[in-house]
Order: sequence, then C-alpha cells, then structure tokens
Amino acid sequence: MAEIGLLFDGFGVALSPFNLMLMFIGVLLGVIIGVLPGLGGANGVAILLPLTFTMPPTSAIIMLSCIYWGALFGGAITSILFNIPGEPWSVATTFDGYPLAQQGRAGTALTAAFTSSFIGAFVAVLLITFLAPVVAGFALQFGPPEFFSVYLLTFCAFVGMSRGQALKTVVSMMVGFGLATVGLDTVTGQLRLTFGFTDLLKGFDFLIAVIGLFGIGEILLTLEEGLFFKGTRAKLSPRVVLETWKELPRYWITSLRSSAVGCFMGIVPGGATPASFMSYGVAKRFSQDGDKFGTGKVEGVVAPETAAHAAGTSALLPMLTLGVPGSPTAAVLLGGLLIWGLQPGPLLFVEQTEFVWGLIASMYLGNIAGLIVVLTCVPLFAAILRIPFAIIAPVILVICAIGAFTVHTSVADVYLMLVFGVAGYVLRKLDYPLAPLVLALVLGDRAEDSFRQSMLMSQGTMSIFFSNALVGGITTLALVLLFWPTIAALLKRARGG
Amino acid sequence: MSTKTILRAAALSAAVALTGSPAMAWEPTKTVEFIVPAGTGGGADQMARLIQGLVQKHNLMKQSMVVINKGGGAGAEGFLEVKGAKGDPHKIIITLSNLFTTPLATGVPFNWKDLTPVRMMALDQFVLWVNAETPYKTAKEYVAAAKAAGSGKFKMGGTGSKQEDQIITVALEKQTGAKFTYIPFKGGGAVNTQLVGKHVDSTVNNPIEAVANWRAGKVRPLCVFDNERLIYKEKIAGDMAWSDIPTCKEAGVDMDYLMLRGIFMAGGVTADQVKYYSDLLEKVRGLPEWKEFMEKGAFNQTTMVGDQYKNWVAKEEQRHMQLMKEAGFLAASK
Repeated sequence: MAEIGLLFDGFGVALSPFNLMLMFIGVLLGVIIGVLPGLGGANGVAILLPLTFTMPPTSAIIMLSCIYWGALFGGAITSILFNIPGEPWSVATTFDGYPLAQQGRAGTALTAAFTSSFIGAFVAVLLITFLAPVVAGFALQFGPPEFFSVYLLTFCAFVGMSRGQALKTVVSMMVGFGLATVGLDTVTGQLRLTFGFTDLLKGFDFLIAVIGLFGIGEILLTLEEGLFFKGTRAKLSPRVVLETWKELPRYWITSLRSSAVGCFMGIVPGGATPASFMSYGVAKRFSQDGDKFGTGKVEGVVAPETAAHAAGTSALLPMLTLGVPGSPTAAVLLGGLLIWGLQPGPLLFVEQTEFVWGLIASMYLGNIAGLIVVLTCVPLFAAILRIPFAIIAPVILVICAIGAFTVHTSVADVYLMLVFGVAGYVLRKLDYPLAPLVLALVLGDRAEDSFRQSMLMSQGTMSIFFSNALVGGITTLALVLLFWPTIAALLKRARGG
Repeated sequence: MSTKTILRAAALSAAVALTGSPAMAWEPTKTVEFIVPAGTGGGADQMARLIQGLVQKHNLMKQSMVVINKGGGAGAEGFLEVKGAKGDPHKIIITLSNLFTTPLATGVPFNWKDLTPVRMMALDQFVLWVNAETPYKTAKEYVAAAKAAGSGKFKMGGTGSKQEDQIITVALEKQTGAKFTYIPFKGGGAVNTQLVGKHVDSTVNNPIEAVANWRAGKVRPLCVFDNERLIYKEKIAGDMAWSDIPTCKEAGVDMDYLMLRGIFMAGGVTADQVKYYSDLLEKVRGLPEWKEFMEKGAFNQTTMVGDQYKNWVAKEEQRHMQLMKEAGFLAASK
C-alpha cells in the first residue's frame, strides 16, 4: 500500500527535533487555550498564525494543528472540574463529567475524557490515512437539504431522549432558537431583533451564553449552597489513570459508535459541537444505563469526547481536499495554507506529498504528545478542586469575564455574560434543562439557513428532504429517533400481541 | 487608468508629503489594532493576517500589530468600532464591499466618510464559474441555457445576501434577461464546493476561492467581470491561464465589478498619521511574499492613496447606491 510508505516518510518529516519541539509547544499552548473559556482554538490559532510565516509550511502546520489538538483536549478540563465548558464541543462533557467530579471522581472523569479524545482522534486519523480520497468525495454530496437533515438528526437524537419534562425541554429549546435568530439573517441580509442596539448586531454568541449560563450560574448555585466544592475528596494519585483505563474497555461499543458519529460529522462537515451532542444523545438512547446518564456515568463522558475529537480531527480532511473548513479552527488553518503558498484542494495530496503526509504523521504524534501531557497533569488538575472555593470563585469569575471579552473584544459581552449567568441560575432553580437551549443556540442559525436555502432550491416544497437516498435516509433516521419511545412501545406491543 | 500612472501619482503625492516635516514623522506609540469587518478565514481576513505577518517578519514597525475580527452584522460591528474611535491613530481597518453594501442594505448608521482612506491595496476580481461537467463553454451559451430552462430554474450560489455576489447576479439578470434563483451561503469556499457538488449551477467566486477546484478540473471559468482581461499568464489548468478567461464584456455581458481591498483609519486623524500607514503599506506591497499572494489570487494590483483613492471610493459608493437601488436592495430608511 502506497499510503504506508508515504506515512513513514511523513513520520520522518514530523520526527525531526525541531518539529517535535514545536509539537510539544503547540500542545501545551493548545491546552491552555482550551482551558480558558472564550479564547477558543480558532482565536488561538489565528493569533499565532503570523508567527509561523517565518517557518517552513510543514513545521508551521504541525505547530498549529498541535495547538488545535491541545485545545480539543483542554476544553474538557474546566467542563469536568467547574461545569464551565472551555470550548463549545465540551458542553456535552459537563453533563456527566461534572457530577463525577462532585462525587470526588474528577480524576476518573478527566482520564476518561482524555483517553476517549485520543481514541476518537486516532480512529479519525486512520480514516484520513487510508480513505482520504474516497471520503473527501462524500462531502460533495452535501447540499443545503442534506445539511438540514443532519442538523435535524442532531436535534432529534438529543430531544427524543429527554423524558418527563418534555414541556420544559421544548421551552428551553425555543428560547435557544429565539436567541439564535438575533443579528444578521444570511438569507435576506437583514438585521433581526436588534431593536436598534448596535451591541446586538453580532447576535448572541454561543460562547458568551455558555460561559454565563454554566460558569456564572454554577458559581451562584455554589454560593447559595455554602461556599464549598463537593469534589474536594478527589483522589490525587496518578494511579487513578490506570484504574480508569481498566474500566474503559467496557464501553467499547460506545467508543466505536461515537467515533463513527464524530468522523461522519467532521467530514460532512457538521462540526465537533453537534457531533458531541449527537453522540451523547445516541449513547444515552442505546446504553443499558441510559436512565442514569446525567448523574455521573463515565460512559456519558466517553461518548461526547470521543465524537468531538473524532470530528475535530476529520474536519481537517474536507479542508485539505476540498478547501472547505469543517470547523472555525480549520477555517483559520485554511487561511494559513493559502498564505504559506499552498493551495488546498483536490491536488494538494498529489502535489504536496511531504506537507500532507508530514501533517498526517503529526496528527498521530501530536495526539500521543497531547495524551501524555494531559494525563500526567490529571492529578494536578484534580488538585485544583482542593483550593478553597472562596479563593477559586473570584479567579473563575475573572477568567470567565476575560473569556467573554476575548470572543469579540467587547465589554458589552461581559455584561451579557452576567445576564446569562443570572438566567442560568434561575432556569436551574426552576428545573429547566440548559442543554437544549445551548444546542438550539449553536445550531439554530445553521439549521435555519440550510432549511431556507433548501426551500429556495425547491421553491417551497418539503419533498426536497426526501429527494435522494442520502437526504431521505438521514431525514427518516432523524424522525425514527425522535419518535423512538412511541415506536419502541408499538414494537413491544406487536411482539407481545 | 493603468497601474503605472497610478503608481507614478502615488510616488508624486508621497514626495509632496515628504517635503513637509520629515524630522518629526509620526509613529505608533502602542499596539496597532488591525480590524477585519468579517469572520476568520475569509478573503479580507487572509489579507489582513498576511500584512500583519509581513510587518512582523520584516520588522517594518516598532510597535506590534494585532488582527481583530469584528464581523457581526455583515461587518457593521467593525465599522462602528472604527467610527467610534475618532482621532485614534492606533486602529486601522481593511474593507471589502460591505463598506458600501452593509449600510445601504441594513440602514446601520455608518458611511465611508466616517473613516479616513489610507491606501487601496488591491482589487479583487469576480469570475463566472460553472461545474466542469456541464457543456457550457462560454458565458453566452450558459445564459442561453438559463433562459431556455425558464425563470428561476438555474441556481446561482453566492456569499451573503444583498452583497456583492447577489448584486452581480442581479446585474447579470438585468443585462441578459435570464432569471436565476440566488442561494446565499456564509462563505466563498462553501459556495465553490456547492458548485463542485452540483447543488448550484453557477457562482461568481473570487479567483482565490475557486482556483484549487479549477486546477483540479472540477469547475470552469466562463468570464471575468472586469473591463480588461487578467494579466497573469502562467498556466493554471491545462493550457488555460487567468489571462485566457474572456471578459464578460467580450462575451456579451457588459458588466464589470471589482471589490475593494483597501485600508482605512478612523476619522479625525492627522495627515502625518495617514502617511505613516500609507508608507508602511507601500513597503508591504513591495515584498516578494505580497507579490506571490497577489499572483495566487489573481488580484488586480491597482493601488491608490490620498484624494485619488477618496474619489474612487466616493464614485464606488454612488455606483453601489445605483446598483442596489435597481435591484431593490436598499433599506427602507435609505
């Protein structure tokens, strides 16, 4: 197989001491960027991009992509420790990661998250190594109706599973959709719901909502409950890593399924954030312990982290082969490629073999480097929970404020974050789930765009969502997932009767 | 006007300015913010980051420069920020056509007159593209097919709504009588991929957004929306070079449209401060990396400063007003 030979050449390129050094620097920077909410991977890479103009392109992309891996790893840390997602794709990680930390199992949750991230990335890299040309063509099948069906699938996978408080879930989601419509509308080019406030022109940024709803909301709740962390009993021994590893093989089906969901969403390209939500929803549906998801199940950490990292990694494939970035960070890397004089597109794999295979080799090595860095730090991260709340809370508050400011370098966003914080506190007191709101805010905009683009294409007929096998298949799958409880009940009755 | 005469004019105006007080030239005293009124990864963002990288690499400025994306509300966020920073010499902004289209289409209160023109860096071209598997070899054939298919049957993909891509589409419709269904997407790269995937029938992508797919034989250029052909003679796809693409005028569609890639400062800054950035950017334009970038993206390398630039912008505003009025894109308040 030609790929193996090329890959080993790639390892030769990536393993030079200079590139190895860049790899570790990149991962470390990435973890820091991932930990700080607001300063996302895209911003981090964009800030550092000009520094790399003096390097050879291969070294530059190795360093920048390692920042990206680092950010993918780092996003989970604050999700688990403080219920504050450092990155959008870590929101789903909070659902079970934070309860685990509260039970004193922060080390377990972190190890599970990091290891799953690594596995997800590894599967995605294997896919890129051996199936790049085949898979790249697949993304071309995706027009507006196909994209809409994928978003629909994400919503349905996530919504169908919430039981009991269906109405509250719907309310929460509708608030999210409402917030997502604020700002400029892609299809008409008009401003919506800004009421003449210039600060609302850019709409409600998902990151600011998340920092407020989760971060500030959490601090308010903890204040009310008496100023202490429940996770202070966290084990600090490095042995926790090995113990967790013993437990993880049990979830191999979840890992495999989540990797598949992640790779699919990365290549399409739907992105890491929807991938993590979809994977969490699907895992909850099919797991034997599905009902206990949200109370601190390791499986509930494995699913979103595997998918997020698989999607984040495979998102580089459409970027390299089609010039279509699968994530905001990939978009910045794409800009970098052009500036370094490389033309992403179908010919990149043919003309720039050293660059492409150097990058792919660095994906293997960078993820291994990342895993080593974050796993050795697990006890250190868990130890943060031993710091008295009275000290850590102001620190978190300041970091959140800086994060909210960084997103658009706007002071108004800091106030907005506080408003979201209060809203988050109230919603949680009233038992409204926050996740549907966040999901609708992230995807509402994109789902709406692709729906209306489809309607323009079909001149208003819904049959476009069943116009070919691909879009029809995904739409049907989405509807099946949405009505699964009903369908399952019917099947049971049919079998019984 | 040819590039040469413009260059001469620029050199002349620079020389005139030099005779002022060369000893006390202004220089930035703190970090310069380079604002991009668009998202990360797009054309304006790439150019801004290239400029930043080159300034840093070649030590052209003592203070550092940071690129900040403020793309909310079709760029209104960035323009309003610079408008509000009157007299602040440490903010520069790169513009694209949204300098004109955003206030006209949305009624957000800003105008290029709130800013100080510094230097036009280049003009970006627009090319009519179709999927390479379609039989259309010329713009004429394509337009005839669109007409024959019936109103709204052919789909034109483009970036954003009521912005340059849709303005060109409407102008094309006016000129030819063909009627397209315009489908707005968020970015130029996505638009071109939709064309390769045959989800739309044609696009008016900038060269840099489509060149990779052209080289790979996935898309075909029909005509360029400029009065003259492109100057780049290096073969790109097969035996075709950028210079081999006919102008749309040659193909019977009398439409030209170029997008400004220019730098502005806030209002109320001194002539010294403007001159500093203008000279800095001229140094950037002279670098081999810049020239390579221009060639890659098949840019029109026209540059302008001072009154000439100002007049160009004023004329362009009128033209957008006219084009958008004809298309029915003006905000209610305009």
